[in-house]
Amino acid sequence: MRQRRHTWQTILTTTALATAAAIGLTGCGGTGAGTKASASAAAFEGKGPINYVSSRDSSGAANKSIEEWNAAHPDEKVTFIELPDSADQQRQQLIQNAQIKSDTFSVLNLDVVWNSEFAANKWVLPLPADAVPTDKMIPATVDAATYRDNLVGAPYYTDGALFYFRQDLLTAAGIAAPPKTWDEMKDACTKILALPEAAGMSCYTGQFDKNEALTVNFSEAVASAGGTVVDADGKPTVDTPEAREGLSLLVDGFKEGLFPSDAITYLEEQGRRAFQDGKVVFLRNWPFLYSSLSATDGSSKVAGKFGVTSIPGVDGTGVSTLGGRNLAVSPFTPNKATALEFIKFFTSEEQAKKRLELSSRAPAYADLYEDPAVVAKRPFFPTLLESLQNAQPRPKVVQYGTTTKAIQEEAYAALTGEKDTDAALGAMQAKLEEITAK
Amino acid sequence: MTITDLRGLAAETPAAGGAGTRASKPKSSWRSRSVYAGLALIIVYCLAPFYWMVVSSLRRTADIFDNTLLPQPFSLENYAKVFDGSTMFGQALLNSLIVAGVTTVAALVLGIFAAYAISRLEFRFKSVILGVIIATSTFPGISVVVPLLRFFTDLGWINTYQAMIIPNLSFAIPLAVWNLTTFMKQLPFDLEEAAMIDGCSKWQAFRKVLLPLAAPGVFTTAILTFIHSWNEFIIALSMINDPKIQTATVAISKFTGATEFQAPFGEQMAAGVIVTVPLVIMVLVFQRRIVEGLTAGAGK
Amino acid sequence: MTGTATLHRRPAKPPAGHGPPSPGRTPGEGRMAALLLSPTLLVLALVIAYPLISAIHQSLYRAQSGLDADGYVTEGEAFVGLANYADLLAGESGQRFLNAFGNTTFFTVTTVLLETILGLALALAMNRAFKGRSFLRASILVPWAVPTAVSGLLWRWIFQSDGIANSLLGSEILWTAEGTASKLAVIIAEVWKTAPFIGLLVLAGMQIIPGEVYEAAKIDGAGWWRQLGSITLPLVKPTLLVAVLFRMLDALRMFDLPFVLIGPGKESVETLSMLAWDESNQLRYGSASAFAVVLFLYVAAVAIVFVKVLGADVTGARQLGAKRKARAADTTEKTGATR
Repeated sequence: MRQRRHTWQTILTTTALATAAAIGLTGCGGTGAGTKASASAAAFEGKGPINYVSSRDSSGAANKSIEEWNAAHPDEKVTFIELPDSADQQRQQLIQNAQIKSDTFSVLNLDVVWNSEFAANKWVLPLPADAVPTDKMIPATVDAATYRDNLVGAPYYTDGALFYFRQDLLTAAGIAAPPKTWDEMKDACTKILALPEAAGMSCYTGQFDKNEALTVNFSEAVASAGGTVVDADGKPTVDTPEAREGLSLLVDGFKEGLFPSDAITYLEEQGRRAFQDGKVVFLRNWPFLYSSLSATDGSSKVAGKFGVTSIPGVDGTGVSTLGGRNLAVSPFTPNKATALEFIKFFTSEEQAKKRLELSSRAPAYADLYEDPAVVAKRPFFPTLLESLQNAQPRPKVVQYGTTTKAIQEEAYAALTGEKDTDAALGAMQAKLEEITAK
Repeated sequence: MTITDLRGLAAETPAAGGAGTRASKPKSSWRSRSVYAGLALIIVYCLAPFYWMVVSSLRRTADIFDNTLLPQPFSLENYAKVFDGSTMFGQALLNSLIVAGVTTVAALVLGIFAAYAISRLEFRFKSVILGVIIATSTFPGISVVVPLLRFFTDLGWINTYQAMIIPNLSFAIPLAVWNLTTFMKQLPFDLEEAAMIDGCSKWQAFRKVLLPLAAPGVFTTAILTFIHSWNEFIIALSMINDPKIQTATVAISKFTGATEFQAPFGEQMAAGVIVTVPLVIMVLVFQRRIVEGLTAGAGK
Repeated sequence: MTGTATLHRRPAKPPAGHGPPSPGRTPGEGRMAALLLSPTLLVLALVIAYPLISAIHQSLYRAQSGLDADGYVTEGEAFVGLANYADLLAGESGQRFLNAFGNTTFFTVTTVLLETILGLALALAMNRAFKGRSFLRASILVPWAVPTAVSGLLWRWIFQSDGIANSLLGSEILWTAEGTASKLAVIIAEVWKTAPFIGLLVLAGMQIIPGEVYEAAKIDGAGWWRQLGSITLPLVKPTLLVAVLFRMLDALRMFDLPFVLIGPGKESVETLSMLAWDESNQLRYGSASAFAVVLFLYVAAVAIVFVKVLGADVTGARQLGAKRKARAADTTEKTGATR
């Protein structure tokens, strides 16, 4: 089943890209009636200094790429304008500057979920079809940078879910392989939690606080049950039996005591801590915690005792939600040619590989995950690639903020027992329909 | 007992005792002990969360969630990171000092002028003006940002100190005007009058008599407005994108954890300690002036 | 100028409305007042008038939310009159508005009440003469000096499900989840942070009470409580009222603390400011401006009511006018003697 979805998605993306390329070609000749307002190369004019706007990259890898660019382009220097660490504050600053059409922000670092909103409001320019080697990139990352058949961002890095498990406990309970489905996971837990060394532990946790992380966990649960939140035509589909089954996995998890009782307050960090302190057997989280879990300085109780695989689903392996960032060009910068060239340089495979030496951020290029030198340093990369090739973007809607809020609101109400599952999904469907109807 | 009665009584006793010595002496050791217990309780209440901030700032990133009352192992890692060259935190502290300092001085000067006018001069629409001044401080800050950003961009004020100082004044001035007016109202006019009869000009009477008497109010207002501008965030974030001009709160918001999902909690706490301690020391210096204000003024 | 002084000498009976020192209005004074006040009004107009007018203007428009054939957001805004305001009261957004309105009011009343009591206690403590007083003052100032954003994070960590608060209480309260506990967490953190504001202002008010008043009361045999009730409180009342007024105005606009401590979008702690922020975050600038304007009117109404009813009147100082005048005359004599 997984294979099937993968093929289907590849075909879809390839078609989309072909269309985009065709439009790109005709775009140069003139604007015929009915053609999309695609960017022609002519739109990217003007050379000179530009600003790259992003939160700080604590690994220093991004700064290194910029230094390299600046050394080669003394007349088109890139200045790094740092934004706050909080994604909300980044988005606020970006929108504020777009609203006043400020020319200060030239190249924007956008979260994948802001893509549609920025594209539809014309706060970023559609890129020429040949701007990035999309054929070498993981399809889902290209899809997440595309709006209505136009590529509007260059994939910078990506992110997918990993399923962390306690190998030592699985072995002790005599379980050969990590669970692939929720049922297998529950069975494994029954055995493991009976062990004396697992006394007081809980089975599993994800992230359930009312936050973007809840949208991610909800979407994954629904997709893992074979459903979607919003279908390919942009219609909300959370009133389906699949969506119901997906949300029920999480609701029952709380009811049956599968999750820690305080998991309703968990974000990524709290989940990491619960796993690292040996409070849960299984954990859904991003790859970022791999290195801190492996730390051998005494801070991690699970160093050398855990493994990673793809998240569990209902009938087979689950479906991860896609995270990550794209780089886009602001229409208000005077030096668009430089901005485009810089994006091409920055997101090239060569630079992506160089950055991997310092940063563990997952690149968009698929073959880097199989590079022996990279895998030696980041052993979870093959598993992550599997997760990413299977991954689904979050709903691609212009009003993403309202959408994610509606999802969080209703899913949270179901998890806390304030509403029953059907009522919550019914309300969610109604809200999403209202949003997408506009 | 009313104030008038007290005045009568006061007239019979010599003007003894400055500020601070007036607390009634505890009548019994039990009472004294309970008073001290109360004071200790206040200190614990105020300092316990701050203590937690200090302790958290001295933990390693890996142990940041520990609940031990002392950091184990003890680490200065977070402080080193705060002053790591790339964050320009030292410069940010200096910028905060400039912005908060200028805001405070400007608010005090304007506030003293306005308060003097309102409390000592007679003119029309006085209540209306006071009302307008307070009304301006009631507009929600988050709604001011976008129009101001547009306005200051047109003026070419992005990345300038005044783009932070002038919006800060919208909080500082109303507080200064209201507080100082209250103070000056309470101070007897007759002292200045006496000074003027003695040949002082109105300006001299104001400077040599009224101002020293109002010192507690002036310094308190100074402290409150200084700290308020020192803590301002959203305007400073929106108006400034050059790290050479950004303030400390903005610099703190840009701290990054090891990854995007990890809050740089330890660093933020360390930075919190770094910006709080000098502030408290500075305020203590001002505090002495508050206490001295009355006695100094009355002695002239 | 002596003329004014002489006029002022006219004793007793302060003029009805405003009880200023000089009842006679001279043209010179008006001009001087205008001169002294204009810089203040100019700065405030610059910073507030333009945003306020632009918010009112914006609140009458609504951005078109549709997409055109190419998937771009339709540009332009439509004039919708008061529809943004009407929407505040209707349907689901109306419920959210009323909830936020209730939360804002609840937080303002509870926190300001607690802060006033605590602030008075802090001021009384700071005003005592004893060894280590500067340490006490430093301690009391610490919470106010901690940057708001940092204090929000600090409390978030304290109130984590496995944080120090639960560990000290031996409880398993989910402070940051929806519910009463989250309201309590916000109140605790807010009171801790801002009680020193009231404490400091009131302390300054206490400093200008002449010491001899207390001496006299002591001779009269008045105990500590009696002195508090009949000297300290009445005399610091004007300062206290200004402190409370400014705290109220600030509490009504509470934003950072519940946002950082509990998180956006949680109904239990959502305030009007958070709602306005959220609306503009969703690019609904029309209704965001409507929220801001309503909040502005609410805050302004509270300020007016407060000033009128409780007499936080600094223009006239009606209540104490006559008495103070008498006392002032007395002080003048003494000062004269000292000189």
